[in-house]
Amino acid sequence: MKKLNYERYGSLFILILLFIISSIASPYFLQLQNILNILRQVSYTGIIALGMTFVIIGGGIDLSVGSMTALVGGIIILVLNHFGGGIGAIIISILFGLLLGIIGGTINGLLITKGRIAPFIVTLGTMAIFRSLTLYIISAGEFRSKSEIFPSIGMGSFLFIPIPIWIFIGLAIVFHIILNNTRYGRYICAIGSNEKVAQYAAINVDRVRVISYIIVGISVAISSFLLSSRLNSISSSNAGLNFELDAISAVVIGGTSMAGGSGYISGAVFGAILLGIINNMLNMLGVSPYLQGTVKGLLIIGAVLLQRGKR
Amino acid sequence: MGSTIIRTDGIFKEFSDVYVLKNISVEIKKGEIFGIIGENGAGKSTFTKVLNGIFTPTKGKIFFEEKPVKIRDTIIAKNLSIATIPQEVNLINTLKVYENILLGNELTGRFFLLNKREMTQEVKDLFKSLETEIDPQEKISNLSIAQKRMVEIAKAISQNPKVLIMDEPTESLTFHEINILFSLMKRLKERGVTIIYISHKLKEIKDICDRVMILRDGDFISLNKITEIDENEMARRMVGRELNTIFPPKVVPKEETVLRAEGLIVDGLLHNISFGLKRGEILGFAGLIGSGRTELAEAIIGIRKINQGKIFIKERECRINSPEDAVRHKIGYLSEDRQGIGILRNFNVKNNITLTSLPQYCNSLGLIDVKREIKKVHFYGDTFEIKAHSIYTKLEFLSGGNQQKVSLAKILDPEPKILILDELTKGIDVGTKRDIYKFIHNLAISGLSCILISSELEEIIGMSNRVIVMHNGRITGVLEGDKINEEEIMFYATGLKG
Repeated sequence: MKKLNYERYGSLFILILLFIISSIASPYFLQLQNILNILRQVSYTGIIALGMTFVIIGGGIDLSVGSMTALVGGIIILVLNHFGGGIGAIIISILFGLLLGIIGGTINGLLITKGRIAPFIVTLGTMAIFRSLTLYIISAGEFRSKSEIFPSIGMGSFLFIPIPIWIFIGLAIVFHIILNNTRYGRYICAIGSNEKVAQYAAINVDRVRVISYIIVGISVAISSFLLSSRLNSISSSNAGLNFELDAISAVVIGGTSMAGGSGYISGAVFGAILLGIINNMLNMLGVSPYLQGTVKGLLIIGAVLLQRGKR
Repeated sequence: MGSTIIRTDGIFKEFSDVYVLKNISVEIKKGEIFGIIGENGAGKSTFTKVLNGIFTPTKGKIFFEEKPVKIRDTIIAKNLSIATIPQEVNLINTLKVYENILLGNELTGRFFLLNKREMTQEVKDLFKSLETEIDPQEKISNLSIAQKRMVEIAKAISQNPKVLIMDEPTESLTFHEINILFSLMKRLKERGVTIIYISHKLKEIKDICDRVMILRDGDFISLNKITEIDENEMARRMVGRELNTIFPPKVVPKEETVLRAEGLIVDGLLHNISFGLKRGEILGFAGLIGSGRTELAEAIIGIRKINQGKIFIKERECRINSPEDAVRHKIGYLSEDRQGIGILRNFNVKNNITLTSLPQYCNSLGLIDVKREIKKVHFYGDTFEIKAHSIYTKLEFLSGGNQQKVSLAKILDPEPKILILDELTKGIDVGTKRDIYKFIHNLAISGLSCILISSELEEIIGMSNRVIVMHNGRITGVLEGDKINEEEIMFYATGLKG
């Protein structure tokens, strides 16, 4: 390549830069345990960001993912307890969680396509609905799992690497293939680029759109399963809070345009890790938690400015 | 009529090396209705846009009331009292009628507050003089197209112009409204207002204009008193040029009918359209802007809802409700709106060409066989001689002609049996045109049937086995053999015959 594609690799450059700065700034940063911690922490919103990439490429947005995480996670625990908390119960609960994610995504998708309501409005509405339902089910308390083996998934490791990280990476690879090597990936880019052209090219625009919200719903289900397993509980008021912002930030930092039409799964991964490292560093350096939002905000704006400026 | 209000001296206008106006020198007199006619792309609209400041001429001088002026922008035109009723309605939908009409000329009372009552009254009086009943308080979005046009006309007149440019003002107006407009034009003329009037409808020109200027391909052809020229002569002069030899010989189509439309009706746009398309036939569709040809194409491919009538493919009735259905029935549609409908600017050549046919390259998991895709794209690249850096070049970096070749490849890749080509060679140079004609010709020989919609009569005549002429959403004539000539088409297209 003669010209570097800043849109695509900008987030990687910033990530490398931040990595170097962080390792100089704090001797603890480079310790394996710290790195694994960061990766595990980002995997929950990272997984959602992977699905969010499809929605944003298609010219949409999903604000409901955080609330959906709480609702799905809560119900996963209810189902788990109901079936006794054994291995069978875990399998049923994850299937139930996936089904809920698919239903949640379908509702969002149908309201947007058939109801012709702007994605921002629809998902703003379902964001409130999902959170409220979660609070109502458990009377604003906590969903507590009675299972003893459930936490071993979220807490556990495989080949020294925490399971959520494996799933994050695995899902990133699958989604990367879907986006770049399948018909569906090409279609969602076409729709985000110019819906009319896509329609005239015999693409079922509504179906492709709805599927993008289902994909993010599935990501939410996987993320909430891992989250509830890790904590062995779900707080109805705090679980998944601001996940939508972190997920959207990761996607945007990763070079996917908010206008739709093109984007990168790898970018969402880099973006999510970037946000994790920043959190980690600010904590280690003792920066006031109140100021951490400022740094994050500056980073998002800066990343987008950089990508735009170099184009 | 007496003194000259506008005089142009050797006006040239160039767009990216193409001259759309060549050496236009005319005198437009005070208080006359000055008609301009010509085919699409003859330079009529461009000429008026040079006068109202939308374009600046590449060369040449303009004199206003015998003083040299440089009309660099629309504000200068406004200060010279040159008002325009544009070809397309250009109103703000969310504002009310009176707010639109007085936009930029608001009346203010005390404390800079808008004097809404006075504004409403002024607009009401204006409509009264136009014999139009439109509520000044109505929102623009609630008006019909014809009403919007009347608002546009009222807006131009409210500025008390000395020169009023009207670009196809009767488009989508009813007979009654046209009459009101004409009587208004006569009254304005009596007040000494000069009107520059562009129309495709030759009869209107004959009825209302004092003099008529004819343009063709940017050249000045003639300027006559309206009494010296009849409509037939106008039509002849508009088109009068030799047919070039860029067209391949015509082939006789097979007898078999592959597509038949029976009494198609799309409310307000198409009235009782029936025709048949034979295997291997190139069926031309001629007509002026707004005649309903594109709407017909959109109805056939399922974009527009057909209110009544039937479509038969190979004599079997079928319902086509979406472009998906159309592709399934082996119909390909090349849109006239290349940028808006035909191509994805940020997609590369390869991904554009295979967009519609992508399912063919996929296995059951939806994975794309890129190797096969690349092979096919190279085939099109070679056949059409698409000039691009590589098949991974984004379409935005290709010239218009090459973009068109890509969109043609795109609709051919699903291997259609019927092609609907809407303005196939719009904005394409002669050399490329010849390539494309030859390719279409070869497709017809191989048994493909084409509906060729074009505003270039030359193209329609040179390519078509038969020509259907449309006017105001109706088929006014079906021409065959030596009846396929420019004058005959013009007669039907302008509504003089049929």
